Amino acid sequence: MIIRRDFVNRLLEDRKDNLRVVSGIGTSTWDLMSTGDEKNNFGFIGAMGQALPFALGLSISQPDKKILLITGDGDTLMSLGSLATIANHPVNNLTVIVLDNESYVETGSQPTATAGKTNLELIAKGSGIENTYTIFERTDDYKVLKTIYEEDGPSLIVVKCKAESTPLIFPHSFDGVTAINRFKDTM
Amino acid sequence: MEKISKDWRNDIYDVFKDIGISLVSHIPDAGHTPLINLCEKDNNIDVVTLTTEEEGVGLSCGAWAGGKKSALLMQSSGVGNCINALALPNICRIPFLTIVSMRGEWGEFIPWQVPMGLGTPKVLEAMDVKIFRVDYKDEVGETVNAAANFAFNTRKSAAVLLSQKMIGAKQFKNG
Repeated sequence: MIIRRDFVNRLLEDRKDNLRVVSGIGTSTWDLMSTGDEKNNFGFIGAMGQALPFALGLSISQPDKKILLITGDGDTLMSLGSLATIANHPVNNLTVIVLDNESYVETGSQPTATAGKTNLELIAKGSGIENTYTIFERTDDYKVLKTIYEEDGPSLIVVKCKAESTPLIFPHSFDGVTAINRFKDTM
Repeated sequence: MEKISKDWRNDIYDVFKDIGISLVSHIPDAGHTPLINLCEKDNNIDVVTLTTEEEGVGLSCGAWAGGKKSALLMQSSGVGNCINALALPNICRIPFLTIVSMRGEWGEFIPWQVPMGLGTPKVLEAMDVKIFRVDYKDEVGETVNAAANFAFNTRKSAAVLLSQKMIGAKQFKNG
């Protein structure tokens, strides 16, 4: 099992300048913010299910940047249709990382569908996203970095994580206008 | 002043070109089809077919963050699918433009279209989206232009409601 916060921090430790990172609602945003106050990041704190289409729109409008969406199984399950939309509008600069802890940790660790019979990698593959895989151990980090920076997307990586609540690390501002303006200015 | 074409869908397309819309997303509606076709033929407009209308809200917002102006085309029944998604352009003050073909309000044959048709303006107003309704074909261009300027100049959400009377109610025949 992977410790999600450590994983995200390792992934972004030596990030390149052409990377823009978006995070989905909840723990993923706290994970992303734990890597530092970085203008090249934009974290969702609401509008559940909107991070996937947002990342697609960003990838379409910024073809020369690498776009990474880090989100959870709950957020992804709410926008499964977006996997089909992404697959059928191929953008080669988008990587989606699903930190799959099989639970809604923020609300009391209720199990998600992935704790049951649902497999998000298979759904992504069935949606038409060709580059998909699941990692279980931290030894596979290098593979993820290669996917983000070198491989043709769209790609979706399921990262099986330990379900644990972690300290909340807030973005520099909860004000959406401040956050999006700062992010947009990096384009 | 916008020119008035034979087909009002051309007027919408002309406004899109004029203000620099380069991404159009949609769940198709018969009323929008000629406009979708015009956009698909245009190499400078990226057309994305969605699986649900709410995706178009996030898509538009992400595109704007990256520097592209976009529009979401949908039928009134799709407006209900967008409610919580509309929090995103609202709280981030991201310009959001949608063109909605109305159903369930004039000569509607399918009763299932009526609830969301009646609910559409209320839902949009509840989420702080400014409504620009158009009832006459010769006012389509100027109305879409006004809505687009409102959205992109003031960083707010705007919806053009194309009345069913103007579009012409679709008639169905059994058998």
